[in-house]
Amino acid sequence: MSKVCIIGATSAIAQAVARIYAGRRADLYLVGRDDSRLTTIADDLKIRGASSVQQFALDLTDYDRHDEMIARAWGTLGGMDVVLIAHGVLGVQDDCQKNFAEAKNVFDANFTSAASLLTLLANKFEAQKAGTIAVISSVAGDRGRKSNYVYGASKAAKTVFTDGLRGRLLPSGVNVLTIKPGFVDTPMTKDFKKGLLWASADGIAKGIVKAIDKKKDIAYLPFFWYWIMCIIKHIPERIFKKLSI
Amino acid sequence: MYQSWGRYPHVTQDTAPLFWRGDAFPDTKNKSIIPHGLGRSYGDVCLNDGNVIIPMRNLNHFISFDTKTGLLTCESGVSLAEIIKLVVPHGWFLPVTPGTKFVTVGGAIANDVHGKNHHVAGTFGNHVKSFVLLRSDGNRLICSPNENSELYSATIGGMGLTGIILQATIQLIPITNNRIAVTSVKFKCLDDFFALSERFEKDAAYTVSWIDCMAKGKSLGRGHFMAGNHAGDEAGTVLTVPPDKGIPIPIDFPEFVLNNLSIKLFNTAYYHRQQVREKSFLADFNSFFYPLDSVLDWNRVYGKRGLLQYQCLVPYEDTSVIRSILQTISDSGQGSFLAVMKIMGNIPSPGIISFSGPGITLALDFPVTSNVLALFKKLDTIVRSAGGRLYSAKDSCMTAEDFKVFYPDWERLVKYIDPRFSSSFWRRVTGEAE
Repeated sequence: MSKVCIIGATSAIAQAVARIYAGRRADLYLVGRDDSRLTTIADDLKIRGASSVQQFALDLTDYDRHDEMIARAWGTLGGMDVVLIAHGVLGVQDDCQKNFAEAKNVFDANFTSAASLLTLLANKFEAQKAGTIAVISSVAGDRGRKSNYVYGASKAAKTVFTDGLRGRLLPSGVNVLTIKPGFVDTPMTKDFKKGLLWASADGIAKGIVKAIDKKKDIAYLPFFWYWIMCIIKHIPERIFKKLSI
Repeated sequence: MYQSWGRYPHVTQDTAPLFWRGDAFPDTKNKSIIPHGLGRSYGDVCLNDGNVIIPMRNLNHFISFDTKTGLLTCESGVSLAEIIKLVVPHGWFLPVTPGTKFVTVGGAIANDVHGKNHHVAGTFGNHVKSFVLLRSDGNRLICSPNENSELYSATIGGMGLTGIILQATIQLIPITNNRIAVTSVKFKCLDDFFALSERFEKDAAYTVSWIDCMAKGKSLGRGHFMAGNHAGDEAGTVLTVPPDKGIPIPIDFPEFVLNNLSIKLFNTAYYHRQQVREKSFLADFNSFFYPLDSVLDWNRVYGKRGLLQYQCLVPYEDTSVIRSILQTISDSGQGSFLAVMKIMGNIPSPGIISFSGPGITLALDFPVTSNVLALFKKLDTIVRSAGGRLYSAKDSCMTAEDFKVFYPDWERLVKYIDPRFSSSFWRRVTGEAE
């Protein structure tokens, strides 16, 4: 029986992960902005086999309440085996270029809020000396592209933060997993044209749970994104800067 | 890309998915909408050329499940496969299931699907206790035989035109294990089929026949008759759900693969596959109900041109009708891989214009070719003069004149259609498409 906390629980990938843990009879704690959506998900997870499901409605840019939420989740579950940080926004690159306030929203939603949560969670896990902190970052954080560098920068910060945290928590026996999905067909990407490289939320969720089970450090999902990003990272900047990707 | 299962006709349409059942009614400006589930209807009931479809698969949450009474409430985008996976381990099964489990609950209601137990259980709609319908005026209406009962009847078999089904409550049936006790009988001709139906219909919960539609002369209408019942305690109490390991078909087959010779060879081999005349065995529910689901995307075998299904219902007191249909198909030389025949029962559906009813139904798959379209015209004539009808969920060819003859009650449906709703199918069969 495992104790799993999912932050950003209404996202498509997070829901699919929660269903896998529900099938394993886990105790689940869901955090998300919309209380009625959380209830929809909680009812579903209980029917699918979860031992217990609790929920906490919170706008994750409300930093002042992070402490309260994590204390509640930690107390309710009685410690955590796994926490998954899955919240985030895509933002609109054009709007971000015109107005820094838009870009700041993306940074807050994707990085600053995660950094605040991770600071609190890291201390709890460090004292617990066990468990996995899994964070959904993105392949977009591996290299800045002109088409979405604001989103990319927020994810790059998340990747670097979790990479550093992994080293810090290693002596405590806590695993930190950085998840880097490629294109995923979810409500967040509803306006994109889908092609061969697109994966389903269910497929990504299976990959996430497998990576958590195997205590991996970094997971590109699906795996082939490791090779795609390997190539992209090695294109010389004088060429890369001219590419329309 | 959202298509129908036959991948014909080809349409250009926008999408406006619903993400949560609490979402507001989608704003699509002046364009009409039609909900779209898993796209397993064959023709154009789930398509809306030049307009908008509402993909519903995000509404895939269970809402309540009483493991003691078998009453299940779920969102309309939940698939029958997902329901089976949940309920079988608790000793429950779908009250009615079509030949694929990859359909949504919303689609099963909108097309009022039937299965191998129609003669004893009626249609899917017969087991829907209630549902919630979102109308374009923003109202969320609970519909049941007692509440908004007319809208309930209009929506069952209403092809998605009466509003967006958000959730539904279904009464499941109890089972003791995951096996079906099957008797399979090879029959030599149509008369044998009728004799077998007579023998099995009373005691078998499920009956269906596969027909070799290329056989001629004395062998006309030969095939295999399958009768099944949920196995009892003697087959153990194993209630596991076998994992879905479908074989994907990653490409469209070239069109020469399916030709009259290959189809004839397949039909002949399939007919002779069973050596003995009659045998009984236990089958798991997947192989009994969903043999084709083991090949994902099997529609790609028909190539880019797509496939057409012809499913009709005709009276069978006069056996000359079905005989002349089979004769016409056999004479045309247009073979079908999968010809399925079943005697339907007389349990009335709650739906206003449901396909199902007493009679004999025959379903055949064909590649889209001009010869096949010509054959359909001939078959339509027989069906029409016999007082039969075609199944809207499978259809891409029915004319407006025929639709109005096949479904004389169609005008009763009209007043319940939501003003914002339409579909390629509806414009075609009401003559608005011209």
